[in-house]
Amino acid sequence: MGEIVGMTGDESIAHAVKLCDPDVIAAYPITPQTIMVERLADFVYDGELDSEFIPVESEHSAMSCCYGSSIAGARVFTASASQGIALMFEILFIVSNARLPVVMGVANRALSAPINIHAGLEDQLVCRDTGWISIFCHDCQSAYDTTIMAFKIAEDKEVSLPLMYGIDAFIISHALEGVETLEKREVEDFLPPRDPLYVLDPDDPISVGSLALQDSYYELKYAQEQVMINSMKTIKKVQEEFGELTGRYYNVINTYYAEDADVILVTQGAITGTARTVVDRYRRQGKKLGLAQVHVYRPFPEKELRDALKGAKVAATIDRSITFGAPGPILYSDVKVTTSNGGPIIQGFIAGLGGRDVRIEDIAKVADRAFETAKTGEEPSKISWVGVRGVEF
Amino acid sequence: MTETTITEKKKEKPIKWREMAFEERPVLAAGHRLCAGCAAPLVVKFTMMATEDPSICVSSTGCLEVSTTIYPYTAWQTPWVHCAFENAAAVASGIEAGLKALMRKNKIPKRKTNVIAFSGDGGTYDIGVQALSGALERGHNLTYVCYDNSAYENTGIQRSGATPYGAATTTSPGGKVIPGKPEFPKDIVKIAAAHDVQYVATVNVAYPKDFIKKIRKALASDDASFIHAFSPCPLGWRADSSLTIRIAELAVETCMYPLYEVDCGEYRLTKMIKKENKVPVEEFLKTQGRFRHLFKPKRRDDIINDTQKWVDWKWQQLLRLCGVKEE
Repeated sequence: MGEIVGMTGDESIAHAVKLCDPDVIAAYPITPQTIMVERLADFVYDGELDSEFIPVESEHSAMSCCYGSSIAGARVFTASASQGIALMFEILFIVSNARLPVVMGVANRALSAPINIHAGLEDQLVCRDTGWISIFCHDCQSAYDTTIMAFKIAEDKEVSLPLMYGIDAFIISHALEGVETLEKREVEDFLPPRDPLYVLDPDDPISVGSLALQDSYYELKYAQEQVMINSMKTIKKVQEEFGELTGRYYNVINTYYAEDADVILVTQGAITGTARTVVDRYRRQGKKLGLAQVHVYRPFPEKELRDALKGAKVAATIDRSITFGAPGPILYSDVKVTTSNGGPIIQGFIAGLGGRDVRIEDIAKVADRAFETAKTGEEPSKISWVGVRGVEF
Repeated sequence: MTETTITEKKKEKPIKWREMAFEERPVLAAGHRLCAGCAAPLVVKFTMMATEDPSICVSSTGCLEVSTTIYPYTAWQTPWVHCAFENAAAVASGIEAGLKALMRKNKIPKRKTNVIAFSGDGGTYDIGVQALSGALERGHNLTYVCYDNSAYENTGIQRSGATPYGAATTTSPGGKVIPGKPEFPKDIVKIAAAHDVQYVATVNVAYPKDFIKKIRKALASDDASFIHAFSPCPLGWRADSSLTIRIAELAVETCMYPLYEVDCGEYRLTKMIKKENKVPVEEFLKTQGRFRHLFKPKRRDDIINDTQKWVDWKWQQLLRLCGVKEE
């Protein structure tokens, strides 16, 4: 086991990527992902990491380069955020359909306009339909650990899908925390070299990226969905193996005091840490509050979430995202659908858009509102915005 | 900075057609679905005939891509990759970087492998110009071949940055008030050359020996190379499919699409058209229905003359760059 090192979220990802020894890194700078790429550039330029570093001219080309390198058989890493992900959006679908295990670190940042560089998970949440495995981390340690697991999950031959994982802009990306590191040798034992699903061999040529029309597109999409659904098995297996190696066990849904809770907060990303503090406080007061963090977001852990929520009266979802004109924000909608055949009342909250601080008292307000709902048993009629000025909560 | 040009470095091998015709070169299989008379498969054929090492090809979205790889079939006899419309240069960059890293780290056997991207004028001049510029600037060892059929032919003949002045397309029709495309095309070859890559050239399917020689030079360069391939489209140009090669010749004889190369910064004409042999541009325009509105119902001397003036101006510019004096 390695030592504990003080690192920001971005740095912890860069250091973990270095241990995974990618062959190609293609990335374009965007705040607040920049430090990931800068550190990786340092490693390459100082000869500590043997990777081709492609300083592309846009995120669109970043993802396009990743596509090309991954098809060539390389282990590939990129990183982005917000507008960068919006720009590469087109290519995300193509990378997943080609079954390419590109790994992307995301510093989750609010989307323009108005332009803002702070936290918002919508940049990654809107990629829910792209066919990428999607994971949200809650601190620097989980960012570090997820990086190492990410390559193993994505490159597993049963999976062979791209994977993106996020850390909240600045709140994690730039926050300094102690991170328990791994040794190079440990990661080498844990993560086998990439063994690609297919290769571009001039002696045995194949074509990748054909035109598939009405007679085949439909079946191809069905097959792709099966791979995505099945990837859950590998994700859990890798989490288990990682736990055995490090003693740090991750789950697709990470729960905290959920077993006997009347109210469960359903969170993603950095808000999870604050929510844990609120759970601790409420438990000290004898209030049965629990937490379920949706750590793996795609494939969506339906069964695990239902299990986590099954004893609760109310599940309060906290979305750091917005989707306009929808029945509810993105996480809320997924939770609601998952529990539509029975389970707790789902009460939706929006908080912290554009990096607005989500404080302990804000989450306490959410919990109190959910306990009221538990008492009345009446399903709330609207989504509540926590702490938005000029609007009654 | 290179002191020796590619032409000096690369010993020229004679092109023996008879031998080459019988050599098994990985090219396009028969039965692809490109139109009769389309020059794009010839562009691919001559490019691949020039290769001496294994190649990986990339196509951007377009006629060539949709017509050669209708799932579950493919006409490509060499590894081939398509991603999207605007990123052939970036995908090729990624492949080149991936192979380089894997070979350096001894994960795959070391062998010279050409990375060749094919893209139409839409995917090059317009939507793909940023990715192209990035790839040229970073200097990946790849060859980018733009087959210029001067419009978005695949989506139904819309105008592009390569469409000639006055040409009718479905988005620059030969209208009653505006007679075809009001703008002159952009000079993509100069744009590519401005990146100071080692090798940039124009090729034409009517001049296959020149074509193959230039591709050989492009592949010999260890930098990104750019090739502009003039590629007639009978469907989009409303031209008889038997005239493809004649139209391609006229493009050179009128000096509208001259043949030249920029080898380590040196401009060199590879097909001089003497003053007395220079064909009036009108002869080129007349072969194609996309210029019909310039002749019927009323002759548009203004457009024809402006085209001629523009061609003359560009030609004089090129002669100066090549250090050639017209007697």
